[in-house]
Amino acid sequence: MYDYVDGNLDWMAAGLPTEGTNARRPRAGDVARKDVPVSRLDERLGIVRDRVRASGWDACVVVNDERVVLGLLRAKELGKDAELRIDQAMRPGPSTFRPFVSIEDMAAFMVEHDVESSPVTTSDGRLVGLLLRNDAAKAALDPGSAR
Amino acid sequence: MPQGIDRERVRELIEAGGQLVEVLPAKEYEEDHLPGAVSLPLRKLEVEARQVLDPGRPVVVYCWDSA
Repeated sequence: MYDYVDGNLDWMAAGLPTEGTNARRPRAGDVARKDVPVSRLDERLGIVRDRVRASGWDACVVVNDERVVLGLLRAKELGKDAELRIDQAMRPGPSTFRPFVSIEDMAAFMVEHDVESSPVTTSDGRLVGLLLRNDAAKAALDPGSAR
Repeated sequence: MPQGIDRERVRELIEAGGQLVEVLPAKEYEEDHLPGAVSLPLRKLEVEARQVLDPGRPVVVYCWDSA
């Protein structure tokens, strides 16, 4: 007999599927946008900005080679001097959320704290996607729209 | 005494035909459980395990977390 000591919490924090009544309700990992642009620490802001805007975004997640989240570039940071390296321009260590958090809780938090976007990561910090406040609020009001 | 394992080992055992057993109360199992897991709350474990589980396949028990 084996004991999966970290249990349900670890499984869900890794973004793995579950079964049950809650599994049919959208969570942060379901609604987060997986196509968010990413950049590396040593890139130049101007190059990243062009790439991000060309893809229709005004935000970018800074990750390392393992896709561990290191920072975030929102519109304000993307508007800085084009010659800056990303590590000089980014917002370091942004608050991240696990994929299993209910979208209702996420929407309430983001509205209350005026957070426009939040990276969703696994328990070891790897990027799942970027959750936008408008997406979270819409999914919380209409769960069927999220899946 | 069960052997402690991590998530990757759990996935390997599932692929190898292992049986997942959630020992939390049934209500929590109904809300969320690992794919394919059966519910055997701790207080029923000893009595029902022999009826529900295949002794020829690995068994992995789990609850909410390590606390």
